[in-house]
Amino acid sequence: MTAAAEVIRVALPAHLRTLARVQGEVRVQVSGQVTQCSVLDALEASYPMLRGTIRDQRTGKRRAFVRFFACEQDLSHEQPDAPLPEAVAAGAEPYLIVGAMAGG
Amino acid sequence: MSGVRVLVGTRKGAFVLNSDGTREQWDVSGPHFPGWEIYHVKGSPADPDRLYASQSSGWFGQLIQRSDDGGATWEPVGNDFSYQGETGTHQWYDGTPHPWEFARVWHLEPSPDDPDTVYAGVEDAGLFRSTDGGKNWQELPGLRGHKTGPSWQPGAGGMCLHTIILDPSAPGRIFTAISAAGAFRSDDAGETWRPVNRGLRSEGIPDPDAEVGHCVHRLAMHPSRPSVLYMQKHWDVMRSDDAGESWREVSGDLPTDFGFPIDVHAHEPDTVYVVPITSDSHHFPPEGKLRVYRSRTGGDEWEPLTTGLPQEHCYVNVLRDAMAVDFLDSCGIYFGTTGGQVYGSADAGDSWAPIVRDLPAVLSVEVQTLS
Repeated sequence: MTAAAEVIRVALPAHLRTLARVQGEVRVQVSGQVTQCSVLDALEASYPMLRGTIRDQRTGKRRAFVRFFACEQDLSHEQPDAPLPEAVAAGAEPYLIVGAMAGG
Repeated sequence: MSGVRVLVGTRKGAFVLNSDGTREQWDVSGPHFPGWEIYHVKGSPADPDRLYASQSSGWFGQLIQRSDDGGATWEPVGNDFSYQGETGTHQWYDGTPHPWEFARVWHLEPSPDDPDTVYAGVEDAGLFRSTDGGKNWQELPGLRGHKTGPSWQPGAGGMCLHTIILDPSAPGRIFTAISAAGAFRSDDAGETWRPVNRGLRSEGIPDPDAEVGHCVHRLAMHPSRPSVLYMQKHWDVMRSDDAGESWREVSGDLPTDFGFPIDVHAHEPDTVYVVPITSDSHHFPPEGKLRVYRSRTGGDEWEPLTTGLPQEHCYVNVLRDAMAVDFLDSCGIYFGTTGGQVYGSADAGDSWAPIVRDLPAVLSVEVQTLS
């Protein structure tokens, strides 16, 4: 929501934390508007091994069994360029990347 | 002292099994990438410390992992498998056109000469190559773009390119197999392809001896005699003596000619192994007896190998990429089951013992012979 560089909190699912070799939330810096697309761009720039695991590398389309939550809302079907909630942009709430619950 | 390293891909991770040349005591490491499907792990013949692994999940897609120290540590490399050019369609299960969609890498085939060059067979069927150690992948689109491509249909497990054989005697000659399109050969390093399915008969398709449409499960070749190919088809064990130009059935006296893997003894080009499975619906061994069958005559005449294998109440399957041989003087042979056992034989199949018993379902087994 703001043009200044913001530090965004991102919560990854366990498998992606292992892949990225991180524990707990990660923090990424986003310049310009804080959107799902800009957060994921910053996340993949910091952790290139995550490219393709959350969204398609070419089209940017969310993988079918990945969900995006924040502030108790399901943002999975929002436009990638829609602004994220102010609480996420301000770092008060994390942006949650969730592996959909399914068996196997 | 010589030794072997067995690379095991499972539904829930990879395992590396190490032993010295006696193959009696085993060190088991893993799971590597726990919770992920590891369709295949294979080492470079040019550098045994260089390994490639196909790691995937329904949630997070495809990754390729690379090890430069024999599997002790791994690094993710490139995972962009974008089809080249016009994507086109193949036939869906209901006969309608369906766009080619990348699902996963089934098989990785490192070059015999260059550790940085590796081929990937993928679902939906396509062949990719990396020449920079897996960082970047380029499709060889001539295969998917073959004129018969729009008529290819997936097998029950998906439309997978599961077999890649690089002919050691003829640079540029590559064999691939696709379920359920059949076997294909390139003589120009993957630029152009043609089906090599003459002699196959498949009763489950409208034209039993069609040019394509056969559910080939696996191909095998002995490097010293590359004109001879063996094939485990959905039904029928087949042999070609002319590099795939024609095939004849060599199922002979097998109890069932259905199965998935087929492999060749390291030192005896006429000694072939299969694991007969009851089908079309059971997909477990006949009579609950797990038996590897060996032919020492290049097919037709087969003997059951049972010593050390369960001969009652065994209802596991052995998948197409889950058998491999080592190159020690006394040829070792290994296979993994959907019940999580990996069996090994250090005497060419005469006797067997489990190396591990309780892994997740085994998808693939490869072995490296170490000096």
